[in-house]
Amino acid sequence: MSVKEITAEHIEELEVLAAKYPVRRSALLPMLHYVQSVQGMVSPKGIQTCATVLDLTPAEVAAVATFYTMFKRFPMGKHHIGVCINTLCALLGGDDLWKELTETLGIGHDETTSDSMFTIERIECQAACTVAPVMTVNWEFMDSMDPAKLKELIEKLKTGAPVQSTRGTLITSISDSERLLAGFNDGKVNDSPDADDSMLAGLRVAKERNMTAPIGKGVR
Amino acid sequence: MGLTPVLTAHWDEPKSFDIENYQKHAGYVALTNSLKMTPDEVIGVVKDSGLRGRGGAGFPTGLKWSFVPQNDGKPHYLVVNADESEPGACKDIPLMLANPHSLVEGVAIAAYAIRANHAFIYIRGEVPHAIRRVMNAVEQAYAQGLLGKNIKNSGFDLDVVVHTGAGAYICGEETALLDSLEGRRGQPRLKPPFPAVAGLYASPTVVNNAETLASVPSIILNGADWFKSMGTEKSPGFKLFAVSGHVKRPGIYEAALGTPMSELLDYAGGMKQGRDLKFWIPGGSSVPMLTPEHIDIPMTYEDLAAAGTMLGTGTPMMFDKTTSVVKAVSRWLEFYKHESCGKCTPCREGTYWITGVLEKFEHGVGKEHELELINDICGQIAGRSFCALGDAAATPFPGAMKYFASEFEEATRKPVDVSFPPERTKIFSTVGVM
Ligand SMILES: Cc1cc2nc3c(=O)[nH]c(=O)nc-3n(C[C@H](O)[C@H](O)[C@H](O)COP(=O)(O)O)c2cc1C
Ligand code: SF4
Ligand code: FES
Repeated sequence: MSVKEITAEHIEELEVLAAKYPVRRSALLPMLHYVQSVQGMVSPKGIQTCATVLDLTPAEVAAVATFYTMFKRFPMGKHHIGVCINTLCALLGGDDLWKELTETLGIGHDETTSDSMFTIERIECQAACTVAPVMTVNWEFMDSMDPAKLKELIEKLKTGAPVQSTRGTLITSISDSERLLAGFNDGKVNDSPDADDSMLAGLRVAKERNMTAPIGKGVR
Repeated sequence: MGLTPVLTAHWDEPKSFDIENYQKHAGYVALTNSLKMTPDEVIGVVKDSGLRGRGGAGFPTGLKWSFVPQNDGKPHYLVVNADESEPGACKDIPLMLANPHSLVEGVAIAAYAIRANHAFIYIRGEVPHAIRRVMNAVEQAYAQGLLGKNIKNSGFDLDVVVHTGAGAYICGEETALLDSLEGRRGQPRLKPPFPAVAGLYASPTVVNNAETLASVPSIILNGADWFKSMGTEKSPGFKLFAVSGHVKRPGIYEAALGTPMSELLDYAGGMKQGRDLKFWIPGGSSVPMLTPEHIDIPMTYEDLAAAGTMLGTGTPMMFDKTTSVVKAVSRWLEFYKHESCGKCTPCREGTYWITGVLEKFEHGVGKEHELELINDICGQIAGRSFCALGDAAATPFPGAMKYFASEFEEATRKPVDVSFPPERTKIFSTVGVM
């Protein structure tokens, strides 16, 4: 797959990111997310561009880019799929999900399918252990997964059928997610669902059992 | 005292994350009140409340704010630690999803108190759903003049930037976070100097956990005494407990500190399939595990410390009797190995060696004397590493040996998957309930 060129318009957007901070270098992580949204990876050219915008050496930028696992030095597919394999998810079923995923797609960790559709990754705890086992598609969450749901998910992504993340929005592409992570709001805040069962678990019990916080003068 | 929904009180309302809903429930009134007080008065209320940091270490929040030097002519910064990556911790992300304005309001109040005109919300990169909600909340607050220039005609200016990480647990450590926010590799800095003196851009900086700051508006609104009417003297207030694992209703349970685990477990419907609890971890994989005999200990900083563990992030993981302790520990060590930033030798090399040896135990071919070896390596890491990640990596193994030594011995003869068939442990299992 050919990696997309970074154009003058892209550099303008990188400048917007750098201008958000009192010290421009602070924008480097967001800028690398941006490069990844354009190129599907952080290429040597992308590193060079960030270096130029921030007045750093390419070596300085490369040292940063290689430190963070989200930045990839190989072209990702259209969708990035993660399976949480940290202890809790792994034991509750994540190991099975990973096996199922690798067998279904015929690739391993940090590899991409030959049709450039999927890149898969073993990921660490996603701060969603209450809905374990957890998977992500383009970092949008797919909570409480099982092998049957996984099969269905892959099938839908392959055929382009709509897939709604359990906490986020309709799945589009890793490129769109990376643009948001770079700091460009996609305006889809209302497209994701309200609090789910796990988030409401305590509040529901409190209401059932008539438990409240002490009443304060400010009432919230 | 039981459940005390404050931060979670309105999560069941449609669009709980929207400013309109937040303002229906006295949202941003605390900010208005704060701006009528002096910054020192605001710090005073937070000090009096006894609020302690929810990021893991439990440092008193008001005290931390008071360390920031005044009239030093330097810019001050507030940095929100929303990196939430500790295995088992899953409370800041739901909070930012369902109630991001409590965080934004807390940020504005804290920034005013420490005389900062610039705040950064550092959110881990892997959570676009939460990032979107926080970005939206910040934009909504700007649109209403609750952030930006001359907030509510107080003369106070505050700019807030939502910043994203890129996948590195170590960036939750506050000084590594600051390096990361400066556009560098996220590696810890030597302390002192502490961030309060030389933090972001070598200027006075307060780093607070997201839940800590989100708790502040309710304290300003209702007073320190109201806050202290919950919890214990040393652990006042409410806390988001995120209960996960083999329980019937895993989720967020907001309760007064001091609520025992047994009570939280009851709210969570008890253990799944009526199986017995085997071990549990009160607040992230970096704190030592406990057993069912500890289930009535009040969940406070002091009581859990007395039991040889810590409250940590206050996010208990519950494992039933089908779970292999050896496998659990081995997987956590894999995590620490992966996340070690490589700056210092004990942590970088130690985690590498431990995982290698533990793998043998997983396969049932560990050697008795190698248990001593792992213990030794843990001793070489703990207290000798540059930052607390090293200490954390040296925690799960000794913690597990304290209660489950025989299981490690069994793993010198028998693969753990034979002793503890994984089919039983997973929750979508169809294999025999025992
Ligand atoms: C390896 C490591 C990871 C950490 N991760 C986090 C984190 O994700 N979120 C957090 O608030 N604190 C984390 N901490 C603790 C922070 O260093 C710091 O104590 C905390 O952000 C202070 O905020 P508080 O006083 O409001 O708790 C971590 C510490 C270490 C050593
Ligand atoms: S203890 Fe580990 S994470 Fe901390 S500085 Fe040393 S190598 Fe890095
Ligand atoms: S262990 Fe998978 S989300 Fe926490």
